[in-house]
Amino acid sequence: MPAEALLPERFARWFSARGWTPRAHQLELLARARDRRSVLLIAPTGGGKTLAGFLPTLVELSEQFSAMARARSGRRTGLHTLYISPLKALAVDIARNLETPVREMGLPIRIETRTGDTPASKRQRQRRDPPDILLTTPEQLALLLASADAPYLFGDLKRVVLDELHALVTSKRGDLLSLGLARLFRLAPGLTATGLSATVAEPDDLCRYLVPQTEGEARRADLVVADGGAEPHVTMMAPGEYLPWSGHTAAHAFPQIYELIKRHKMTLVFVNTRSQAEMIFNALWSLNDDTLPIALHHGSLDVAQRRKVEDAMTAGRLRAVVCTSSLDLGVDWGDIDLVVNVGAPKGSSRLLQRIGRANHRLDEPSRGILVPANRFEVLECSAAIAAVAENAQDTPPLRTGALDVLAQHVLGCACGEAFLADDLYREVKAAAPYAGLTRADFDATVDFVATGGYALKAYERFAKVRQTKDGRWRIAHPMVAQRYRMNVGTIVEADMLKVRLVRSRASGAGSTGPIARGGRLLGEVEEYFVEMMVPGDTFVFAGEILKFEAIVEDEVYVSRSTAKEPKVPTYEGGKFPLSTYLAARVRGILADPRQWQALPDPVREWLSIQQWRSVVPGVSDLLVETFPRADKHYLVCYPFEGRLAHQTLGMLLTRRLERARLKPLGFVANEYALAVWGFGDIAQRIRNGELSLSALFDADMLGDDLEAWLAESSLMKRTFRNCAIIAGLIEKRFPGEEKSRRQLTISTDLVYDVLRKHQGDHLLLRAARADAATGLLDIRRLSEMLSRIEGRIVHKSLDRVSPLAVPALLEIGREPVYGEAAEDVMAEAAGDLIKEAME
Amino acid sequence: MPAKPASVAAPARRPERLDSPLYLTGAEFAADPAGALYWPEHRLLAVSDLHLEKGSSFAARGILLPPYDTAATLARLSRLISRYAPRVMVALGDNFHDGGGPARLADTDRAALKGLQRGRDWVWIAGNHDPEPAAGIGGRFVAALPVGAVTFRHLPSPKATGEIAGHLHPVARVARRGRSVSRRCFAVDGSRVVMPAFGAYAGGLNVRDRAFAELFTTLAFTAHMLGERRVYAVAGRHCLPD
Repeated sequence: MPAEALLPERFARWFSARGWTPRAHQLELLARARDRRSVLLIAPTGGGKTLAGFLPTLVELSEQFSAMARARSGRRTGLHTLYISPLKALAVDIARNLETPVREMGLPIRIETRTGDTPASKRQRQRRDPPDILLTTPEQLALLLASADAPYLFGDLKRVVLDELHALVTSKRGDLLSLGLARLFRLAPGLTATGLSATVAEPDDLCRYLVPQTEGEARRADLVVADGGAEPHVTMMAPGEYLPWSGHTAAHAFPQIYELIKRHKMTLVFVNTRSQAEMIFNALWSLNDDTLPIALHHGSLDVAQRRKVEDAMTAGRLRAVVCTSSLDLGVDWGDIDLVVNVGAPKGSSRLLQRIGRANHRLDEPSRGILVPANRFEVLECSAAIAAVAENAQDTPPLRTGALDVLAQHVLGCACGEAFLADDLYREVKAAAPYAGLTRADFDATVDFVATGGYALKAYERFAKVRQTKDGRWRIAHPMVAQRYRMNVGTIVEADMLKVRLVRSRASGAGSTGPIARGGRLLGEVEEYFVEMMVPGDTFVFAGEILKFEAIVEDEVYVSRSTAKEPKVPTYEGGKFPLSTYLAARVRGILADPRQWQALPDPVREWLSIQQWRSVVPGVSDLLVETFPRADKHYLVCYPFEGRLAHQTLGMLLTRRLERARLKPLGFVANEYALAVWGFGDIAQRIRNGELSLSALFDADMLGDDLEAWLAESSLMKRTFRNCAIIAGLIEKRFPGEEKSRRQLTISTDLVYDVLRKHQGDHLLLRAARADAATGLLDIRRLSEMLSRIEGRIVHKSLDRVSPLAVPALLEIGREPVYGEAAEDVMAEAAGDLIKEAME
Repeated sequence: MPAKPASVAAPARRPERLDSPLYLTGAEFAADPAGALYWPEHRLLAVSDLHLEKGSSFAARGILLPPYDTAATLARLSRLISRYAPRVMVALGDNFHDGGGPARLADTDRAALKGLQRGRDWVWIAGNHDPEPAAGIGGRFVAALPVGAVTFRHLPSPKATGEIAGHLHPVARVARRGRSVSRRCFAVDGSRVVMPAFGAYAGGLNVRDRAFAELFTTLAFTAHMLGERRVYAVAGRHCLPD
């Protein structure tokens, strides 16, 4: 059958009435749907991806209704298509967009959304009398599955559409969704899955994700790739006379960015962190003599505020939006004709997706301009531009399913129909991320859910789930299900505190006194950020400079400040480290002086002097420089593995230097380099043959040193806490009250300490270690680096700091410096007491 | 500075860690970094807020915390007891997390506790979590314990002088050069010591919290913060609120 023939008359008329012709990939998806195939569609933004995903549903339903009308039978067939989106707002938006063709073609199709905001009465009705198409999120799917009527609700489901799949699969939400998908496939024998995705490095991973896996054989959905449209046009902003050595503000480029905004209809300015967004937004407004409508959008702002910005964008009322990854996903936000990416692009795929936002019309190239904030970022931007030209992708490989997420799912299953362990194990292994799950790990997870999974069997009588006589697992009490429903999901909000604007109280107050309450809500900040501050400190948030007043319960009280510069620097490294792929390209540019010709003058000069003073590292070498400065000795190395891996390396190296009695004092890590300093003369030790760099950088540091550090690492404790919450050990919410971590009656740090000492191989500790390997500690990447550089360490003993080392050293004081142990902080505070007593 | 007490019984072993002196109504105490207070004059060791069986107490409410907290707390206590070999051991209230705690003690933990009690006077002071005496845990029960000019009791009272109390789980926070550190502490002024909580699952409350304000009306108190190997005395005005 020719592709066009798949499109019923009514649809063909609708397309031509709009002046459209169906795109090839839209028809292709119709054909695959007719053959009952699961499909992965890879298409750029603006490629009619959503319509492609829904067209088979609309066609099938319209044919069903015609048949029903002919047979004069009014029987409805239940839920036909389930659509899952990573964003609640996206689900709502897509529903609105779908209404148009449905209305214009006069199709009697019921489309509904189900999100956290859906009223309880509507949710109940949806279970009884489901719509034809339901649009929802992974968490809501988990909730729907964790009930006894799931087989009724999903039994007739024909299609599931997973939107922005490339983004969903990279997190624990993707793990949870994969388990839900496996369950759907079992409940609905006629189900096919359709994934909608941006371009990824390994489409094959997503093809496996979409269909149930069987033992010994990787099954795949079909792959359909839409035409990419015009090649994107990406350039680097020519630096002016001054190009900073370090820092991430890109302040030198603000006037140029403002000029670009003036010359374009609608510009998206992407930055990597919330605080950068705040700073640029402020700076642009201070330049904004034309009072252009420029808005700010980031994940910490109040939801209502964000919605307002999104609506204004869609309506075309804005000229620019300064945003973070909060706008990485989502529908077309209006007619964007320029994307400016400030700072390091971090990864090729991420950059391509961001620039794709300016892809409103497929036949016109989307325009992107990269603004490096410092010299290293010039290298990274050049590498990214080359990668984009080759359309090279560097999305991460498919995750191995996390055990804490599995624990949540197992409890959810027990809240629905009672299950047999054998059946559930088979079902879970059908989910691609869990295809390799061992039976032992599965059983340990069930044991964890039931009684905590402790070697000391103390909690049999407190079990949350129990086996009935026929061997099926079910919840021990309805309360367990109630609590599960309140805590479902894998997004552990990072200890966010609400920020409320109040009037300043008189300074110099003693203990926590009364303070005006109930001011305007500005948004949320991470708790650990506030913990660094002392009342009176100023910082930038929600577009202004604010003074920290106090924390009261869950809220941070702030007042307006008249300060010109915030006291607390708020740059926190972006959430996304430099991709391995881009890092390799940056090393390639460094190692090849011919490529320097394309770089701006100050950068070329910088590298040439480096070559003359020290050496420029070869593409697979690790350059280690040592030099004295003031009364200290420095060791700087350049692994290019991202800040997280460098921090971990820094922690481990200082431990080893401590043992070698080299008295390390601290270290600072950025995306490219790590600098360690101390009192001991490292270079001299190396010269005397008393210290070997290859021993110092030996991969065995990932053994005992790592274990010892993990015991006290606050990053590890934070990782453990997330696992404990996702797995349901600690509940964030109790029926009738919502408690935050500040009010939790038990600290997960204390639990971590006790569990580590008494049952080091507990499921949750294993889950936390697995997270640490790729998450905040990036141990896997460090480990790969250490084996890459084995035998390839190049040591340069210098008499002074090298050009390449300057950026790292300049970050001392701007970035948190590690190694000043907690004990020192207390000793110093205690010292004040002595001084006070003696003076 | 008050004079050193005339008779100081030497501890059984030299402490390998530094404890710091702490004075109350003329008597000298040693604040141990593990969170215990030793009174050499009476060979008396005091700990507060053990909250034994807190894990199982949570478990009964469906939060299955690792059931190792009692063992962990007793192990730390055991190390202290072998270091100081006290004649009198005072547990300053909230010894068990709830009234059912003693009955839930695992056999091994009960045996360990019995071992620790052998050969010394073991005093359980009543707490708000465990106001009633319990069977099967040895020792003697009192509402409060006066020793010389000092009274040991669980709940601190604003008017008392010469009081050693617990209940509030004091924690102090200090910050230097952009780093902040929170640790359990002894909160001390001329008339009282509020002891840090000792239990493995016992949380903390910032000494600048309102709850401390009626005890320490000004910032003229000292927080003796627990470090790894020593105790750091920090002036109240250097302690930060949360």
